[in-house]
Amino acid sequence: MVEPVLLTEGISKSFGSVIACENVSLDLRPGEIHAVIGPNGAGKSTLISQICGTLKPDNGRIFLHGTDVSSQSVRERSLAGLARTFQISALAMEDTVLQNAVLGALGATGNPWKFLSEALPDPNYRENAELALKRVGLLDFKNHRTAELSHGQRRQLEVAIALTLNPSAFIMDEPMAGLGAEGSKRLTGILDEVRTEAPILLVEHDMDAVFALADRISVLVYGKIIATGTVDEIRNNPAVQEAYLGESK
Amino acid sequence: MISERYFNIAILALLIIVPTWAYFADEPFTITLMTRAAIFALAAVGLNLALGTGGLVSFGHAAFFGMGGYVMGILAHHAQTFTPVAEVPFLIEGTKSMPVIWLVSILLSAVLAWVIGFLSLRTSGVYFIMITLAFAQMMFFFSISWSEYGGEDGLSIYVRNSFPGLNTLDPIQFYILCLAILLIVLGAMARVVKSPFGLALNAARQSPQRVDAVGLNVKRLRLVAFIISGAITGLAGALFADLNRFVSPTMFSWQLSGEIMVFIIIGGVGRLFGPVVGALIFVALEHFLGGLSDFWHIYLGLLLLMIVLFGKGGIIGMICGREKSHG
Ligand SMILES: Nc1ncnc2c1ncn2[C@@H]1O[C@H](COP(=O)(O)OP(=O)(O)OP(=O)(O)O)[C@@H](O)[C@H]1O
Ligand SMILES: [Mg+2]
Repeated sequence: MVEPVLLTEGISKSFGSVIACENVSLDLRPGEIHAVIGPNGAGKSTLISQICGTLKPDNGRIFLHGTDVSSQSVRERSLAGLARTFQISALAMEDTVLQNAVLGALGATGNPWKFLSEALPDPNYRENAELALKRVGLLDFKNHRTAELSHGQRRQLEVAIALTLNPSAFIMDEPMAGLGAEGSKRLTGILDEVRTEAPILLVEHDMDAVFALADRISVLVYGKIIATGTVDEIRNNPAVQEAYLGESK
Repeated sequence: MISERYFNIAILALLIIVPTWAYFADEPFTITLMTRAAIFALAAVGLNLALGTGGLVSFGHAAFFGMGGYVMGILAHHAQTFTPVAEVPFLIEGTKSMPVIWLVSILLSAVLAWVIGFLSLRTSGVYFIMITLAFAQMMFFFSISWSEYGGEDGLSIYVRNSFPGLNTLDPIQFYILCLAILLIVLGAMARVVKSPFGLALNAARQSPQRVDAVGLNVKRLRLVAFIISGAITGLAGALFADLNRFVSPTMFSWQLSGEIMVFIIIGGVGRLFGPVVGALIFVALEHFLGGLSDFWHIYLGLLLLMIVLFGKGGIIGMICGREKSHG
């Protein structure tokens, strides 16, 4: 078997009496899109936060390329190849779209210790940043202040920043939210292309996108994975239908 | 709205025209006032990097201002009394040379900022404000109790320190020196805020988790900003001591920390010329209103209140509008 790029081994997390994540084990294999679906409050974002290092699991371990990264900081995991998008946009709102993308490109070089040269025109960052903006369809907005962007455009910028990092795994928290039909379709195309560069752990509510993209789907309900399988397996899983798909359709 | 660039040029012109007029009109006191403003501006340019770009609300920048002041005071005191600063572990002599004093001020302020920043940056928000204040207060009380260097009374320096090729006792020559330093530092700052470092620092103020997520070290970015910031304010302190030929614990006082912050808030937080505008207005109010009433701080307070209530970007924000994002 190929070694998974990312592996969680029985991770759990509680907030007081709320068990947001219970003994979750999943893996992300090279080239795949592994979707995590589940109702609101199921613990999807909590899972992502633990993988990326903003939350420390109560139990369990996380491996990236076979290395235990459980005790590493967000930054170290990012340097080890994780790139995430945030469900609630975490962008420099006063800055332009290009400045945000250049920040990602700067992160990709790992060296912000240049004090007197101008960042924006520097081709070392700019080419990477503009390419990423172009891929998500934001290049025409590069000089707009990020605060002026629509909700959907901010999601796209989140993805663009992740792209600038050239990571070995993408972790995306609802990148389609607020995009509208047109935007979702476009981003679906982008993600389909991106998976060849690095696999994607995709938390997403947009079922059309999930069914179109996912190689595998894990269903998370009340912090527990109740099923993992291919699109067809999940669609026809009675427990899933009852717990999740049934109620929404 | 006036373009910020033209506004800055106008301020620059003011910095040149007023002292030139004063020179020919034989008004040396005006030149001294302008020197005071330029030095305050420099101190605030230092804080502006931490506060405006980095979002680090330091209420203790007097620690660095005073550090620069005491470096000047102590070195010059030993030079004028022909005593060594230290003999063990090796001989350190006093000096009256400005460039040497500046260098030592910058270095020691940077070291102090490294220590204070390292300890303070573990906290944020109100705690950061309080802990930076506490460090400056520590320096304040230490300087009061250091009787060897005048304690509460401070230290007088009889003759202004020297700069090769200049007569620093001539007000206009000393002003030109201070203005040159201010402009060099402003020029450097204009570049720093647009540099990779500045971009990352600016982003870390707005969204630290993003900067973390792209693999950059938020804490280290802030610490470096704090060190550069403290070093600049320290240099201003050395110049201020030379302007007055006097250092005392008031250079470490919390009022001074507050004033440096007030300059920035009046002028415009994070604006390149914000500290300059704020310092000019402060010195003007201090001079004109201070002559009319002992309670001139009330007027300053009112001005501050208006700015906080009605205009977010300080005077520059009101005149030039929101900062233009660089394309
Ligand atoms: N920091 C926190 N403190 C306390 N409770 C939390 C915290 N973060 C999440 N929770 C709780 O944990 C549970 C899982 O939340 P989480 O945000 O992970 O769900 P989600 O699946 O991402 O939901 P959504 O679809 O709305 O994004 C919820 O009950 C939530 O209220
Ligand atoms: Mg969520």
